[in-house]
Amino acid sequence: MTMSAFPDSPIRLSIASTPAYLAVVRAALERLCELIGFDEASRGGIVLAVDEALTNVIKHAYHGRPDQPIDITFRSVVGGEAAGLQIELRDWGERADAGQIRSRDLDDVRPGGLGVHIMHNCMDEVEYAPAPDGGTRLTMVKKLQARSDK
Amino acid sequence: MTDAGSPVRSVQWVGPDRRVVVVAAAGDIDLHRSADFQRSLLELTAHRPEQVIVDLSGVPYMDSSGVASLVKLLARVRRDGGVVKLAGLTPRVRSVFEITRLDTVFQIFSNKEEALAS
Repeated sequence: MTMSAFPDSPIRLSIASTPAYLAVVRAALERLCELIGFDEASRGGIVLAVDEALTNVIKHAYHGRPDQPIDITFRSVVGGEAAGLQIELRDWGERADAGQIRSRDLDDVRPGGLGVHIMHNCMDEVEYAPAPDGGTRLTMVKKLQARSDK
Repeated sequence: MTDAGSPVRSVQWVGPDRRVVVVAAAGDIDLHRSADFQRSLLELTAHRPEQVIVDLSGVPYMDSSGVASLVKLLARVRRDGGVVKLAGLTPRVRSVFEITRLDTVFQIFSNKEEALAS
């Protein structure tokens, strides 16, 4: 079975903000990426980027509270240059200032703060937007035709 | 789903004066388990090892929270004059170190035997 069998059906997961569910999301996403046709390196990058994004939501938007809602939507885009996967993460937690969501200097070797760098490195598009009814909507895109530098 | 609890599965002190420690980890290391991973690693530094070899051959996945635990270990061990060596990185774990350019900060070896012999 490939994703062409169900191209217009987004997959939605609603999870609580507990780190215990990260492995569940990774497993589902890994299989979805296989069905879409991403190669091993791209699958690893997509799974890592989503894991880092969820980790940021749990740690920073919800400050470690494990019972808060996170909605995850996976949409496959079939055909053409845009073919690939769009991932949307929605939380209702504290919003970060746009200026705070940035990669840090990698020459500064210290723990933490690497998630945003990883997300930008592994995905073709990463966009944060405040949601009208509170919280944040993060949209990430990975094209099936990988860019040569990723 | 990965088990809660520390990913550290074994700790072995080796060498004539027992100043080298080989730590073997297993399973995914993500936000769910990285705090326990870090606690286990930092406990070892109380014995001021000359070398800490972290065998990651049983770790199929690690995110930046796991990497952060290793960076803290590195800082602590270096402060006391020791070195940290990483061994047996699976391809996906190695890619995290490459993306974050920490592959140039840590000494990385194919396996623990190579790390011990270096």
